[in-house]
Amino acid sequence: MVTVLARAGIWLAVLFLAVIGVALAADGGFAIHMGIVALAALIAVWFTISGADYSAIARGILKMPDQSRYDDDPVRWGVIATVFWGMAGFAAGLFIALQLTWPVLDFAPYLNFGRLRPLHTSAVIFAFGGNALIASSFYIVQRTCRARLAFPGLARFVFWGYQLFIVLAATGYLLGITQSKEYAEPEWYVDWWLTIVWVCYLLVFVGTIVKRSEPHIYVANWFYLAFILTIAMLHVVNNLDVPVSFVGSKSYPLFGGVQGALVQWWYGHNAVGFFLTAGFLAMMYYFVPKQAERPIYSYRLSIIHFWALIFLYIWAGPHHLHYTALPDWAQTLGMVFSIMLWMPSWGGMINGLMTLNGAWDKVRTDPIIRMMIMSVAFYGMSTFEGPMMSIKSVNSLSHYTNWTIGHVHSGALGWNGMITFGAIYYLTPRLWNRERLYSLRMVNWHFWLATIGIVFYAASMWVAGITQGLMWREYGPDGYLVNSFADTVAAIHPMYALRAFGGLLYLSGAVIMVVNVWQTIAGKLRSEAPMHDAAYDPEADRPILAPAE
Amino acid sequence: MITIEHSLYETLRQIADSWALVAMGLSFLVLVAWPFRPGMREKSNEAANMIFKDENDG
Repeated sequence: MVTVLARAGIWLAVLFLAVIGVALAADGGFAIHMGIVALAALIAVWFTISGADYSAIARGILKMPDQSRYDDDPVRWGVIATVFWGMAGFAAGLFIALQLTWPVLDFAPYLNFGRLRPLHTSAVIFAFGGNALIASSFYIVQRTCRARLAFPGLARFVFWGYQLFIVLAATGYLLGITQSKEYAEPEWYVDWWLTIVWVCYLLVFVGTIVKRSEPHIYVANWFYLAFILTIAMLHVVNNLDVPVSFVGSKSYPLFGGVQGALVQWWYGHNAVGFFLTAGFLAMMYYFVPKQAERPIYSYRLSIIHFWALIFLYIWAGPHHLHYTALPDWAQTLGMVFSIMLWMPSWGGMINGLMTLNGAWDKVRTDPIIRMMIMSVAFYGMSTFEGPMMSIKSVNSLSHYTNWTIGHVHSGALGWNGMITFGAIYYLTPRLWNRERLYSLRMVNWHFWLATIGIVFYAASMWVAGITQGLMWREYGPDGYLVNSFADTVAAIHPMYALRAFGGLLYLSGAVIMVVNVWQTIAGKLRSEAPMHDAAYDPEADRPILAPAE
Repeated sequence: MITIEHSLYETLRQIADSWALVAMGLSFLVLVAWPFRPGMREKSNEAANMIFKDENDG
C-alpha cells in the first residue's frame, strides 16, 4: 500500500508541476509540452491506482513475481514500439526525400523540410533503433544471465518514459522547438527527462547482471553496457545548457565556437559508434549465433573487437570538422583513429560472417539468417567507406555532399535496419509463444525489397555526391567557379528521384513486416509452400522397365 | 589570465601525449592479451556456447 501511495504521489507531483508549467509557460511550445507531460502523468496515476491488487494488500500478501520465468512484458511492448516507430520514421524519410525532389511538397511551417528532417532522423535512430536496443537488451541480458529482470517497476518506467521522450522530441520538432544540434535537437527539459530514464535503464541492466546465475558475462552484455554508459556520458556533456527561463523551451549551450563544434561532433560520432554500432553489435553477437544455431566463430576475437572499438571510436569525432577552425592536429587525430577503426570493424564483420562457416546453406534456406548476414555485410561495407571518407583529401570531395547521406544510409538501412528486422523476426514467435512466424515467404519479400531499396539509395547518392563535389570545385580559366549552387541542385534532381524510389522500396518491405508481425501476434499461420525442400519428381520415382524385345 | 589558460592547456596536452598515451596503450594491450592467457581457449569455447544452454535444460 505504501509503495502504491508513494508511486501515485510522485506522479501527482509531476502532474501538479506540469500544470503549473502550462500556466506560467513563457512560450506556446512549452505550454503544449507541459500539457503532454500532464496527460502522461495523469495516465500514470490512473494505472498506478487502478493496477494495484488491493485485496492482496489487505490480506497482507506480498505478491512476488515468479522468479522462474523471464520478465518479457517490456520486451513485447518494445517489439511493437520498434515496428510502430520504424514505420513512422521510414515514412517521414520517404516524405522528405520527395520534398527534396519536388519542393512543392514543402508545407510550411509545421511540415517543412527543416522540421521534418530531425523528425525523421530521431524517429529512425532513437525511436526505432532505441526501442530495438532497449527491448533486445532486456531480452538478451535475462537469457545470458539466466536471471529474471531486476527492478521490474523501473523496467516498465524505462519503456514508457522513453516513449514520452520520443513524443516530446517529435512534437517539439514540428513546433519548432530545437537546440539545432544534429542528433541532439531536443531542448533542455527533454534532455533532463531522458537522463532520468537512462539512469534507470542502467540500473535495470546492471541490476540484472549483478543477480546473474551464470558466472561469465556474455560478450553481448559488454557491448550493451558500453552503449548505455557511453550514451549517458555523451548525452550529459553535449547537453550542458543554460535555459533562458525555467518555464520556457529555449536554452543556450555552455560551450561556444569551435569548442562547441568539437563537443557536438564528439557526441555525434560516438552516437554512431556506441548507439548504432556497439548496441547493434550486441544484437549481432546474440541473434546471429542463435539463429544459425552455431556459436560465434571466435569468442576471443569478439573480445578484441570490443576493446579495440571502445578505445578507438571515442577519438574519431573530429573527422566531421575537417578544414574548419578546429586545430589541424585534432583533425589529423580524428582521421588517424577513424582509419585505425578499419581493423576492429572488419574483425567484427569477419567474426559474424564466419559464424556460418560450414553452414552457408542456411543463407539460401533461411531468410532470417540471410537478413542478418546481409546486415553484417553492410556493417563491413559502411565501416570500410567511413574511414575512407575521413581521409582529409577524400573528405574535401565528399563533405557537405550527398555522398555522406548515402554512406549514413548504407549503414543505417543496411546494418541497423536489417539486424533489427532479423531480431524482430527472431523474437516475435518466441515472445508470443507461437509455433513460427506467420510467413517466411514474406520475410523473403521483405529482404529483397529492402536490399534493392538500399542499392537504389546508396548508388544514387554516390553519383549525386561526387557530381556535387566535382561541380563545386570546378574553376574556369578565368579563376572563377564555373557552377552556381543552383546548377548543382538541378544536376542531381534525377538522383533525388531515384533515391526516393529506393526509399519507397525499403518502406514497402517494412509494410510487409508489419503484416507479418501483426498476423504472428494474432496467432495465424499462413499456409504456404516451404521455402526449400529436397527435389522430388513422382514421374521419375519408378523402376526402369526392361526395353521390349 | 590568458597565459595561465595557455599553460594549463600545454600541461594537459603534454600529459595527454606522453604518460596518458602510454597508460592507455598499455591497458589496451593487457585487455586484449587477457583472453589469450593459458587455459583460456576452453573457457572461451564455454562462453561462446553458453547461449545454447537454455535449449537443453529448459
